[in-house]
Amino acid sequence: MKFLLDLNHRLKKDFEKGGRFEKLYPLFEANDTFLFTPDSVTKTASHVRDGLDLKRMMTMVVIALIPCTVFGMWNVGYQANLAIDAAKVDQLTGWQHAVIQALGIGYNAGNPIACFLQGALFFLPVYIITIVAGGFWEVVFAVVRKHEVNEGFLVTSLLIPLTLPPTIPLWQVALGTSFGVVFGKEVFGGTGMNFLNPALVARAFMFFAYPGQITGDQVWVAADQAARVDGYSGATILGLTRIEGFTHATTEHAYTWWKAFTGVELGSMGETSALMCLIGAVILIVTGVGSWRTMLGVAVGTIIMSLLMNLVHSTTNGSFVIPFWWHMVMGGWAFGTVFMATDPVSSAFTNLGKLIYGFMIGSFVVLVRVVNPAYPEAMMLSILFMNMLAPLVDHYVVKANIKKRLARNAA
Amino acid sequence: MEHYLNLAVKSVFVENMALAFFLGMCSFLACSRKVDTAIGLGVAVIFVQVMTVPMNNLIMHYLLAEGALGWIHPSLAHVNLDFLSFILFISTIAAMTQIVEMACDRFAPKLYATLGVFLPLIAVNCAILGGSLFMQERDYSFPESVVYGIGSGFGWMLAIVALAGIREKMRYSNVPHGLRGLGITFITVGLMAIAFMAFSGIQL
Repeated sequence: MKFLLDLNHRLKKDFEKGGRFEKLYPLFEANDTFLFTPDSVTKTASHVRDGLDLKRMMTMVVIALIPCTVFGMWNVGYQANLAIDAAKVDQLTGWQHAVIQALGIGYNAGNPIACFLQGALFFLPVYIITIVAGGFWEVVFAVVRKHEVNEGFLVTSLLIPLTLPPTIPLWQVALGTSFGVVFGKEVFGGTGMNFLNPALVARAFMFFAYPGQITGDQVWVAADQAARVDGYSGATILGLTRIEGFTHATTEHAYTWWKAFTGVELGSMGETSALMCLIGAVILIVTGVGSWRTMLGVAVGTIIMSLLMNLVHSTTNGSFVIPFWWHMVMGGWAFGTVFMATDPVSSAFTNLGKLIYGFMIGSFVVLVRVVNPAYPEAMMLSILFMNMLAPLVDHYVVKANIKKRLARNAA
Repeated sequence: MEHYLNLAVKSVFVENMALAFFLGMCSFLACSRKVDTAIGLGVAVIFVQVMTVPMNNLIMHYLLAEGALGWIHPSLAHVNLDFLSFILFISTIAAMTQIVEMACDRFAPKLYATLGVFLPLIAVNCAILGGSLFMQERDYSFPESVVYGIGSGFGWMLAIVALAGIREKMRYSNVPHGLRGLGITFITVGLMAIAFMAFSGIQL
């Protein structure tokens, strides 16, 4: 540590005004404040005096995401190994499989280390591309506009790969991340000034631009179709529900609630496990980084709306019967609720507003999952939609409060 | 009943005038700086839309469409005045807008002053004429046109109020100089349209 501190002090004069690398000061500053707590926490007006700066706060989110990430990497490998037919291993293509075969890692689903390594081979490239592409834009904007490199990007860059399927082409990841960072955040002035969650903007961009690589039955398993076990279905539980109806899908494919809760199932790389998201939620709530109001709101909204749907009950649409405890473990519900909806920038600011905002996300996600045949999963779009309405929710909460106070003071 | 509910949801969300068809952009972008102004304009648009779509529906069914004049005299049963629809629709809309303008001037002078030229401009708002033309193209019946008028007007209002909320929040943003004003608003509207795509495909 002492060595790093000395090095930074020596480098500092090169990056400061008049130094050789003056233009690259944001790069230096980002590195310096990431490693050491700076003396000045914020430069702009109106702030609370606190030891916690944005960087520590965002680091907390990254820590809360670690369980999801580690589990996700294992799960990607495990699911692939379940799908791969041992007799057809030579049919596998792609450099990841070349590496696995060269190192002799093997395709044994019972070996957690082999599964983890295989998952890492698929997850890490996506993650690295996200950091490189997003970091590039971040630095370009920081240098040109002379602001600091926003640490919110550390979270965004981890959220993006966790919400993508393992087979996503890397150039699409680069393109989507660029769109999310530039148009979701930087054109508004960087972290804290955007109105949509940049990670979701990135994913929505990929979702609508290249639907073939991000949805469907083929994208969730990191193994070529030719090498899979005969009759292997790569559909997620939400996809199956959409086609066969909920009751049929769970009984026919022996899909248990426990399986969906622990997340040993197909899905995007980091979102499958509700259990890991729950651990993340505890970390976020205990440290006060994530808002429990938002999470509670989403849960209540989901419960009420799915009970309503259960009451309506349709004979033609098999999604109406999904109970709320299933809604909460399927797809990206848990991940979205804990890590996406609670984004302090794009959610509502007021306390009551957060409850309303969460409630509407929860009821909305059930509604779209059940009645919209185009999207079996709706977490991403519900959160984006409510991000859009969050300022309005705040506007009315504040207005109601002003009215209440005026009435109180008049009396 | 279910049919009308479906039509209402479709016209508010799935085929939102502003965010799916991008109609009525001029006032959508110009009058969305403050939530209160946006609500005022939104209500005016709903009113005009609710009045004009059913009225134009009647005009179409009893005056313009092929054979529509049959109720006057059987010899007129083959007359087709379809080519007059634009001019008649716009006249109805202009008359309705005039009424709204006078009412607004009389009862809400403050709103009248803030909306300025954009209130009479509702007469040439493409969302309004678009509503009537969609009604004609899709051959809505009279009750359907009432539902569609309410729905499409309300959808447009929802969109402009949401945009106004975002723009009020965006006053604290640090937008690059070249993009300030309309530029960033266009980007915002595009992003809102992405969020609105959650609805595309909904069928009740």
